[in-house]
Amino acid sequence: MSEFDILHQRAKCFYDSFERKAELQHQTHYCPGCGHGIAHKLIAQAIDELGIQDRTILVSPVGCSVFAYYYFDVGNVQVAHGRAPAVATAMKRALPHGVVLSYQGDGDLAAIGTAEILHAANRGEPITVFFLNNAIYGMTGGQMAPTTPLGEKTTTTPFGRNPWTEGYPLHVSEVLSSLEAPVYIERVALGNNKMIQQAAKAVRKAIANQVQGLGFSLVEILSPCPTIWKMEPADAQKWVREELTKVYPLGVFRDKTKEAQPRPAPVPAPSLDELPKIFSAKEGRPPALAPAAPCRRTVDLRVKVAGFGGQGVLMLGQVLAEAGLDAGLEVSWLPSYGPEMRSGTSHCHVRLSNHEIDSPLVSRPNVLMAMNEPSLRKFLPAVEPGGWIFYNGTSLPEGAMRTDVTFIVQPFIALADRIGDTRAGNMVMLGAMLEATGLLESEWVASALARLSKSERWLDLNRRAIEFGREVIHREVSI
Amino acid sequence: MSDIARPDKGSVAINADECKGCGLCVISCALGVLRQSDSLNRFGYHPAVYAGHGCNGCGLCFYACPEPGAIAVYKRAAAPRATQPELVAA
Ligand SMILES: Cc1ncc(C[n+]2csc(CCOP(=O)(O)OP(=O)(O)O)c2C)c(N)n1
Ligand code: SF4
Ligand code: SF4
Ligand code: SF4
Repeated sequence: MSEFDILHQRAKCFYDSFERKAELQHQTHYCPGCGHGIAHKLIAQAIDELGIQDRTILVSPVGCSVFAYYYFDVGNVQVAHGRAPAVATAMKRALPHGVVLSYQGDGDLAAIGTAEILHAANRGEPITVFFLNNAIYGMTGGQMAPTTPLGEKTTTTPFGRNPWTEGYPLHVSEVLSSLEAPVYIERVALGNNKMIQQAAKAVRKAIANQVQGLGFSLVEILSPCPTIWKMEPADAQKWVREELTKVYPLGVFRDKTKEAQPRPAPVPAPSLDELPKIFSAKEGRPPALAPAAPCRRTVDLRVKVAGFGGQGVLMLGQVLAEAGLDAGLEVSWLPSYGPEMRSGTSHCHVRLSNHEIDSPLVSRPNVLMAMNEPSLRKFLPAVEPGGWIFYNGTSLPEGAMRTDVTFIVQPFIALADRIGDTRAGNMVMLGAMLEATGLLESEWVASALARLSKSERWLDLNRRAIEFGREVIHREVSI
Repeated sequence: MSDIARPDKGSVAINADECKGCGLCVISCALGVLRQSDSLNRFGYHPAVYAGHGCNGCGLCFYACPEPGAIAVYKRAAAPRATQPELVAA
């Protein structure tokens, strides 16, 4: 062969041998005549030509091409069905210099992964997507795909795809081209020499765009699946050329390659030190008093705090739990609320214990803190005999009575009004609870409060509210 | 096919062990210098074979083939030597 120069040969970015199988380590696992193999070669050649093998990351899908990573000697991840564009987004953001290629079938991209591809395209993620459209689910044995032409018989459309029940073939390239952000979208086919040459150009361009830092590029590749279509490879190629291209016209649907500006480099994530400021948290933790005076009592507090959203139910629970932390106890805090920001019901489960907490759920509370009547009625039966019930009201509502528990009934919210703000009613109730049970030292509560209050003004108000709640217990314990 | 006195512009090598006998290269070659062997390779496929001459090095069979390394295409070196290269069908 010395008379000759090599013109085309095995791409360098393919592994020398494919380790997946013990035998046939130079062949792919694809069926004879399968378009995946051709598409792989076009991609591999583009990677070689662009000289980007050592910074390419290939995201393999679920489908017949699930093992693409056995062939390409590049960075590889294989991801859950349809999620490749989401993972590719993360890869590209974490490694902006990487060239991230998402490779997906039509079941993967156009069925289960519709949300991911749509939003990745809409965000204009600067990734490259290869969309192998063979109009069927290959790997699973020939179920209808959203891309299956009308009338086609598949295992799930044995009488042919019927638009009334299965809808119409999904034109992914057209749909994505209706979005603002994508830079380049082209549909090509593996239907004959000429079409394959055009496909090679498109594949290369879609990768080159990313190398230049431009935005989202996608190439839809109409591809033969001789096995599932039950055709000879030559006939399958012909079917791509003559039938599939009728349903899916070839062409460029979007090309902003010339005018697109390289995307700005991603803003680096803030350093850890900056986080407290960003979340307007106080610098550092006020020194916890726990080490000096850890709680020596036996504590097994199972508290249910319940009320309307906006009554500070969750905050009450948080202060309690954080005070428990400062006491050196094991704690848990589990909020539970409806979708409403205000006035829906809301409750939280708080546990404080000397022992490890098995479940943060409190289904048998020994303290119930009910900020309203519905909460009292709902949780009253669950309270353990001998437990405490704090109720925000002037008297117990009718029928809400038990003799085996201790009730503290006070209009806590109205009391808070006396110190200046009804919104501190939760803390008045907490003060009463702390004083009545006598389980937690004031210092532990104070440092928790300092961390959780959103401003100096609130801290002051909350402190006074807790003090007031403690006094209330001594002055007017009712019932 | 091509005149044996005039050297071919190209050549093609088919690795019978990597070929799956799909025949796509055969239909891609406008010059008709590829065909499928009557015999089977050791994996049970009828591999493609080159007629041994007549290839112009267009490369289209390479692109038509789904297997990474089944086909390699060569083109005549810039300054060809006098002798006809020895071309072996796979
Ligand atoms: C979450 C999940 N759902 C379903 C499947 C089953 N499944 C495997 S491959 C596939 C469809 C593949 O079709 P396509 O993406 O067109 O690829 P092809 O095999 O045709 O190349 C499905 C539904 C799965 N693996 N995971
Ligand atoms: S089933 Fe179809 S898509 Fe899957 S490897 Fe075989 S020919 Fe290719
Ligand atoms: S390189 Fe072109 S001429 Fe030569 S065998 Fe392949 S298709 Fe035929
Ligand atoms: S296209 Fe490739 S796999 Fe198919 S017959 Fe030709 S050499 Fe063999």
